[in-house]
Amino acid sequence: MSTLAEGQPNVQGEGGTPMVLAESVCKNFGRLAVLRGIDLEVARGEVMCIVGPSGGGKSTLLRCINHLEKIDGGRLSVDGELVGYRQQGGKLHELRDREVCAKRAQIGMVFQRFNLFPHMTALDNVIEAPIHVMGVPRAAASELAVELLERVGLKDKLHTYPNQLSGGQQQRVAIARALAMMPKLMLFDEPTSALDPELVGEVLDVMRDLARSGMTMVVVTHEMGFAREAGDTLVFLDQGVVVETGPPPDVLSNPQHQRTQAFLSKVL
Amino acid sequence: MTTPRTTEAPEWTGRPEEIKAVPVRHPGRWVAAVIVLVLVAMFVHSIVTNPRFEWGVIGDYFLSRRVLEGLEITILLTVVCMAIGIVLGVILAVMRLSANPLLSSASWVYIWFFRGTPVLVQLLLWYNVAALYPQLSLGVPFGPSFVHGNANSLITALTAAILGLGLNEGAYMAEIVRAGILSVEHGQVEAAQALGMTRALTMRRIILPQAMRVIIPPTGNETISMLKTSSLASVITVTDLLFAVQLIYSVNFKTIPLLIVASLWYLIATSVLTVVQYYIERRYARGAARELPQTPWQRIRRGLFTFHDGTASLPAQMPHREGYG
Repeated sequence: MSTLAEGQPNVQGEGGTPMVLAESVCKNFGRLAVLRGIDLEVARGEVMCIVGPSGGGKSTLLRCINHLEKIDGGRLSVDGELVGYRQQGGKLHELRDREVCAKRAQIGMVFQRFNLFPHMTALDNVIEAPIHVMGVPRAAASELAVELLERVGLKDKLHTYPNQLSGGQQQRVAIARALAMMPKLMLFDEPTSALDPELVGEVLDVMRDLARSGMTMVVVTHEMGFAREAGDTLVFLDQGVVVETGPPPDVLSNPQHQRTQAFLSKVL
Repeated sequence: MTTPRTTEAPEWTGRPEEIKAVPVRHPGRWVAAVIVLVLVAMFVHSIVTNPRFEWGVIGDYFLSRRVLEGLEITILLTVVCMAIGIVLGVILAVMRLSANPLLSSASWVYIWFFRGTPVLVQLLLWYNVAALYPQLSLGVPFGPSFVHGNANSLITALTAAILGLGLNEGAYMAEIVRAGILSVEHGQVEAAQALGMTRALTMRRIILPQAMRVIIPPTGNETISMLKTSSLASVITVTDLLFAVQLIYSVNFKTIPLLIVASLWYLIATSVLTVVQYYIERRYARGAARELPQTPWQRIRRGLFTFHDGTASLPAQMPHREGYG
């Protein structure tokens, strides 16, 4: 099986800049501080898994990276460019809607609840954004979409509506939909948490394959097996701060911090 | 006697014997049916035997030129006013949900005004707008104007009716469209945003198509209601279906037969609209229901079946699945 991201421009690039760089990133919802100074770095081609208790800020961090939330403090940049702002003459300028959309188009995101468009077939879900956002001709978009759906194992479901697919199949369509935009970075927000246990494997297989192909990935997950096996880095996030970070086997088998130990003892 | 425990599933020996039980009797249904049938028979009998219905007159006027012209105006008013109402409704609904407080309050005030005053009053106001603004002109605000005309000649009875009914409808459609938009799950917006779609594109490609399922039934209702409400235009001398028959019976005094002519045409038109609505709904049900809803014919068949043996809860078979793929 050929790799998913073959021929995509994500791996090569200006060698030095990390794909994601967060420097004391803060985010508040009203008076609630959800992110309280996050520092992390995701290199090109790296697979970073973020784990931690719910409410710890994992999803919020992903959403900030994809401009779905505006950060309140610190610096966050993707591929060397600030998220949400443009630096000009020593001042920060907020990005216009259209510029934000252009940035988002380069980042793929997979949601816990799939969020497929229910009024479109699997194929139409995948070709929607390439045609209407990137302006790819329909024929070319369909060709790539068929290829992607085939690679996630859904060749025979092209013309099926989402509600006739199982959760695992829907999530694989969602991954194909994100990949169709040829993203340089893929974000996964608990992609298997809404799935029946026997369907988790098929989604993780697709993600593993994607990781092997060299795609840069940030994965919020509760699947420690996946993190250990496919992840390059494991980050433990709790109460809005990075508590511990390191290679997954080290963090999982020999956690240094007390909070990490407490969390892992409950989930492992 | 004990059966040995096995790990294998019990062997499936084919279809079990079909249950044959004495069905529950429903004497109440038969009594009700007899009462209804007697009432229907009495009604039909009176229609046929009462000479004052004057079926001959109804037949004479049913396809007469003036009645058909009136019908044409009624249909024109319905189509044009609903078109205005829907376009205006979408715009007002989007404004109402906008983050810009000025836009959303402007929309709120519009809806407040047009829903808060009787449509008949609005029609009369538009008909008499010349008394308020004798001259209408088009040009730079507070500056020079390029085109101007006499309001009395510009706003005819028909334009007044179109303006009155259309603008009023916009207010009602706005609330219907807004309900539809709000019914779409927020995750859909996020998914579209994450793919880099702009707000306008998200609205057009993702939200409105899904909102349609919620929007269409009440819009069908509004269209049927508009067809009948358009008869108010007769008050401002628009020769719609109602005014056409009124003009005829004011001369020949065949009031009841001509009102029946108008009623029959209204019934025919609403029936056609009901069927059209049904098929539009089926179109937008794609992806929402696992099976497409039944066609009226399938429902009638099922209805007969249900009355016969009371198995109402069984889903009917769906032989047709056209529309998929």
